[in-house]
Amino acid sequence: MSDSITERSLTEQLRDLEAGQYSSRELTEAYLQKIASASDINAYITVSSEQAIESADLADQRRASGDSAPLLGIPIAHKDIFCEKGVKTSAGSKMLDNFVSPYDSTVVSKLKEAGVVSLGKTNMDEFAMGSSNEASFYGPVRNPWNHDRVPGGSSGGSAAAVAASLCSAATGTDTGGSIRQPAAFCGITGLKPTYGRVSRWGMIAYASSLDQAGPMARSADDCALLLTHMAGQDHRDSTSSSVEAEDYSSALTSDLSGLKIGICTEFMDGVDSAVADILDQTRQSLEALGANFSEISLPNTHLAIPAYYIIAPAECSANLSRYDGVRFGYRCEGPENLEDLYKRSRSESFGREVKNRIMVGAFALSAGYYDAYYKKAQQIRRLIKQDFEEAFASVDMILGPTTPGPAFALGDKLDDAKAMYLQDIYTISANLAGLPALSMPAGTEDAMPIGAQLIGNYFQEANILRTAHQYQQVTDWHKRRPEKGETA
Amino acid sequence: MADEVTVTEEVVKDVAELAQLKVAEGDLEVLTAGMKTILELAEQMQSVDTTGVNPVSNPLDATQRLRADEVTESDQHELYQSVAPETEDGLYLVPRVVE
Repeated sequence: MSDSITERSLTEQLRDLEAGQYSSRELTEAYLQKIASASDINAYITVSSEQAIESADLADQRRASGDSAPLLGIPIAHKDIFCEKGVKTSAGSKMLDNFVSPYDSTVVSKLKEAGVVSLGKTNMDEFAMGSSNEASFYGPVRNPWNHDRVPGGSSGGSAAAVAASLCSAATGTDTGGSIRQPAAFCGITGLKPTYGRVSRWGMIAYASSLDQAGPMARSADDCALLLTHMAGQDHRDSTSSSVEAEDYSSALTSDLSGLKIGICTEFMDGVDSAVADILDQTRQSLEALGANFSEISLPNTHLAIPAYYIIAPAECSANLSRYDGVRFGYRCEGPENLEDLYKRSRSESFGREVKNRIMVGAFALSAGYYDAYYKKAQQIRRLIKQDFEEAFASVDMILGPTTPGPAFALGDKLDDAKAMYLQDIYTISANLAGLPALSMPAGTEDAMPIGAQLIGNYFQEANILRTAHQYQQVTDWHKRRPEKGETA
Repeated sequence: MADEVTVTEEVVKDVAELAQLKVAEGDLEVLTAGMKTILELAEQMQSVDTTGVNPVSNPLDATQRLRADEVTESDQHELYQSVAPETEDGLYLVPRVVE
């Protein structure tokens, strides 16, 4: 019983809880047991067992007294980048290893209001800077499909937890692909919404003009349900959008006839042949559902990574200047003076990749280089955004790969930073332009999942979720789970 | 357009000062290589003429929203200072700056 209930989708679990087939406490305990037995995956940094059981009991009482909060009693996991009151929130860094958040982020509080049970906080690359989850202070996460491979990053813990049924669904954040790439590598569905769709308040900042929170789950309909209770304007985040949030579940069922989907020629360069075949099959499935395809061009795609690796470090160097050893986080032992306090607190607790990006950012923003690097990158960003605007004049969305290939081996790209950066080649453009984009399981290569990506126009989350949902009605890639007990 | 930058160990030391990072001699080589990798990638941007292109600062081209200048939060300094390394009488403690 306990094993089968953790294998149910979020949508199914809601129905089961409603029908009284099992309680939130039973479901929560089943997940906690699974988490304990799958500790080798290292998906969680913190497991909040006691709090989870308490809130599951509360959810059961609420349900018994007629409360019908939309996600009542559903056990989920939060990426350890979302502040959760009374729970350690580390962002995968030694800097925040001692930080117990005194408040809830907007995402956490909105989902709490909707009734979820928080099982704990998932592992991630330090401050969300990485594509393999190997840059975590808490050690790498292992891909549940093959423990010798990475789960992707930076939301690798969330993706692995969903794939291994260690939670019903999870939250993630995506600055350059950090929801979509791990979703693709772990065979789950993940959505990065439009910039500003979900509040960033209480979400530890990496690159503020790119960061966006989103749902990671087994299917598009689970993502839709979660997003409905994450999205919306927040007076505490001045960049959150005033565009009305929707009930993303309500639009899932309409068919795809007449939908215009573009295939980007530049995206097809560089994918391996298996990925190309998978995308071709995805296209055929969507055509059979009524979608029409045409080719489009995003000519400045090759400039997305160069522009990103100036903009994101520049913003990170500003955002991470708050870690000074004074107000929260790590403080070095016996500082000689104030400068020594700042420098050693930062240097002793930031990892290599974080230091690297802070340095690049400080350089790109420094006098004499600002125009050549930062301003130039923001101008390139305009060209990339204009490419999309032109494409969306003729198509409703774009289908492409999420990653160049399947999950790579642990350690494989650790000594080759450039190869690691190039992992995000198909995902970064959507962040630069601020567009919503989803990755869904669409096939396998080497017995590892491969994701297909749908990029939509601004605030078209409902449309890409509907497309993915319709695709998932006629395919079963999203239902495949890693073989039980598969170990390295 | 700036000349191509040569990332020397001197440049790295200067930037580390700006970033308030202490670089151990042993880490200098790794950090220099790391900066070089990114700045070499960024060089590709220089081949594009962006004269007159309006830089993007907000992906939705939104401007900062204003609100009335009213107190909306309650004073919770004790709670927020509970996570600080060292405080006294509501103040953060740091090493003495002025003798």
